[in-house]
Amino acid sequence: MSSDLEQFYEVFFEESSELLAEMEACLLGLDVNSPDMEDMNAIFRAAHSIKGGAGTFGFTDMTEMTHMLETLLDKLRKGELEVRSEMIDAFLKAGDVIKDQLAGHRGDGEADPAAAVAVCEELSKFSEEVSGAAEMPAVEVKVSAESAPPVAKLTEDNVSISTTERTVFLIEFPNSELNEKVRSNLLSNLSEMGQLEKLVFGETESRSKLRLITDSTEENVWEVLAFVVDPTNLIIEIEALTKDSASMQLSADKLAVGADESELEEPYGFFPDAPGNTTKPYGFFPGSPAAPADTKDDEVKPGNCKVSINNKNTSSARVSTNFAETSSIRVSIEKVDQMINLVGELVITQAMLAQTASEVDPVVFEKLLSGLNQLERNTRDLQESVMSIRMLPISFVFSRFPRVVRDLASKLNKQIELKQVGEGTELDKGLIEKIADPLTHLIRNSLDHGVEMPDVRIAAGKPAQGTITLRAFHQGGSIVIEVGDDGAGLNREKILAKAKERGLPVHDGMPDSEVWMLIFEAGFSTAAVVTDVSGRGVGMDVVKRNISAMGGRVEIESALGIGTRISVRLPLTLAILDGLSVGVGDQMFIVPLTYIIESLQPTAKDIKSVSGRGRVVQVRGEYLPVVALHEVFNLRPISEEIHDGILVILEAEGHKAAMLVDTLIGQHQVVIKSLESNYRRVQGVSGATIMGDGKVALILDTAALVTSSYKESV
Amino acid sequence: MSQEQGVATTEIAGNITGQTLNEFLTFQLGSEEYGMDILKVQEIRGYDSITQIANAPEFIKGVVNLRGIIVPIIDMRIKFKLGNAEYDQFTVVIILNVSGRVMGIVVDGVSDVISLDMDQMRATPEFGSVIDTEYIMGLGTVEERMLILIDIEKLMGSTDMGLIDQVVN
Repeated sequence: MSSDLEQFYEVFFEESSELLAEMEACLLGLDVNSPDMEDMNAIFRAAHSIKGGAGTFGFTDMTEMTHMLETLLDKLRKGELEVRSEMIDAFLKAGDVIKDQLAGHRGDGEADPAAAVAVCEELSKFSEEVSGAAEMPAVEVKVSAESAPPVAKLTEDNVSISTTERTVFLIEFPNSELNEKVRSNLLSNLSEMGQLEKLVFGETESRSKLRLITDSTEENVWEVLAFVVDPTNLIIEIEALTKDSASMQLSADKLAVGADESELEEPYGFFPDAPGNTTKPYGFFPGSPAAPADTKDDEVKPGNCKVSINNKNTSSARVSTNFAETSSIRVSIEKVDQMINLVGELVITQAMLAQTASEVDPVVFEKLLSGLNQLERNTRDLQESVMSIRMLPISFVFSRFPRVVRDLASKLNKQIELKQVGEGTELDKGLIEKIADPLTHLIRNSLDHGVEMPDVRIAAGKPAQGTITLRAFHQGGSIVIEVGDDGAGLNREKILAKAKERGLPVHDGMPDSEVWMLIFEAGFSTAAVVTDVSGRGVGMDVVKRNISAMGGRVEIESALGIGTRISVRLPLTLAILDGLSVGVGDQMFIVPLTYIIESLQPTAKDIKSVSGRGRVVQVRGEYLPVVALHEVFNLRPISEEIHDGILVILEAEGHKAAMLVDTLIGQHQVVIKSLESNYRRVQGVSGATIMGDGKVALILDTAALVTSSYKESV
Repeated sequence: MSQEQGVATTEIAGNITGQTLNEFLTFQLGSEEYGMDILKVQEIRGYDSITQIANAPEFIKGVVNLRGIIVPIIDMRIKFKLGNAEYDQFTVVIILNVSGRVMGIVVDGVSDVISLDMDQMRATPEFGSVIDTEYIMGLGTVEERMLILIDIEKLMGSTDMGLIDQVVN
């Protein structure tokens, strides 16, 4: 294969993946009882675009599959068949098969041809069914179109217009980009669509011109071509134009041949009504198709690789989608991280300046000081906005769950509705990637153990359909993600019995919250049978561990017969930590705030020693081991006496300990820096940070400190 | 990388005369003069406030903030028991960049950068020294001066420096 073609492959693979994701989202969002025509059209368009591209590159397996999809979808769209939920299942399966096929062509993994055949059969079975009530859905569609906002209705009008009318398209593109195989594929694809006439076509010509008479929409024609021809060089025109605009286009075309490189950023279609648009020399922007303002219905959109059926009234809707396409850019994460680092540096430098400036005479240096104040404000703003670059809405994770719930619910024969609240809540990209697995586990767990079978639910006086609620919101400096269900709730007795059986240190008087935490113990499962969904007691333990590794916490609330809610509390970013700075001798350490329960000044009588060595302190009736930080780090403290210092009560991994420090200094948000990138791991230290004065402070590995205290003292 | 250096060492031993081998940054530790490959040096700065690291060997003074990167500082004088480990305004920290890691070494002073020809370099004689001869590339002679040429990359990567986790080695 030529390298030229490979470049297009990449484009095709990427676009197809996006289209598939879009298709899946539309399918899942589709209401079987009253399907939204917009959605149906979107699904159809996605399938069609994939088919067009696959055909061009000769991926016949994908073409066949998408063709089946398309046939069925078309019937649904035209109202010849009614949408049923089995069809949606079949569509989803087909989507998976296409995904596999795509991966196969890409070179990672093999598609299973048997699965493809099975799905194909299923699809064709559906499309062969002749709907007796052919007129019924048509009426329904009309009703929905009337009640829908005007945009949807108009789009529908467009579809109907374009399917009944035959349009003559003039297609022009440079020859040099295509090799023989692609060209012949392209030709056969186009001729399938209608009557194709070669005006100028051959290897010797620099540009090919084709005339196509077809009942397809302009969009379809564009899609077939856009995969192989650089959209900036592609010109599709409609011949049914007034004489004036046609001649103007001709001149524009002439100009266009010369300058192919520049790209038109802003589609002119945004301003179809703007006066003077038609008199502008379009030829400066060769991608521009010189859309005349008086075209009746159709208008070519350059730049965005898409042709839209557009008339003046629908243009407002088009504008919004186009903005969504152009308003984001892809930047590598390293660049963003580098920027975050630099801004972090800037903040430190600014703090240093501010500290120095506080010593000068404010009267003499008034201007300098006001400048510095402004600098401070600007740096804070800059830091905030740079930090927000890494933030993504949690819908990136949530979006995969409707499918998980759907598949699993049908497997378990349960009826479950997934509710999502607060999908727009933003958190760091790094966390987004890491939170997906634990959340999937929690949802599977709720599905399998939480929500009961429909008959049990009805017997308990609950609706047959269970609800799983995914909720995300910000609270203080952290994000809270809740997975709640209205199922059976946790059974305290069962858990306690199981814990005793496993020899865990439990007693009957334990508070509920501690009992619930037992389900996170490794290998703990109250499930009687191990299914392929859950029951081996691995999942929850991994969830807890993953979330702790991210600096987060898990909490469970549950009521028997009413439901369970598991809350995951995470810091907003991995890069920033809320910490308490403590002083020991002449050194300063940062303790992550999430582990701190309280701080107190002990009196001499609270301190007891155990077997002469280990010390414990009595705090609210509990005896906690004392970890003297100066002993751990071999530092000389200000005072050796415990009651001269301050005890910080820490809790990690279910254990508590009291850490002895000399002083509490203050609370900071610190940027975590790795110590290991240039040094090695240090016992008791999880990282380092740079304080406002440019000094390095070490961040304590609280969990390690607490557990080590237990191993020594217990 | 270490293999390349191995080749270089044998070349020195074989006393192949001719082209310039390398440029060396020379520095003092006590009364001795040392040299190391200039390409491994990132920058030279003064000695400022250092954050100690708990339970680290004595020669690891701690870490400093080098424009946002946390960099460990090693006092070569303590490591090699040369000179008095005093810190004043003349104390110099050479920031090195070896195998992707940044670290600083404290020395008594930096003198100059010199180019050495092959014939100015002698193979390391076998003798007991505080520095394992394994880490010495050779001895350089410039007029009356003698330079001990250190293979800084090999030295910093070695286990007895304890800079890198054992797993990495």
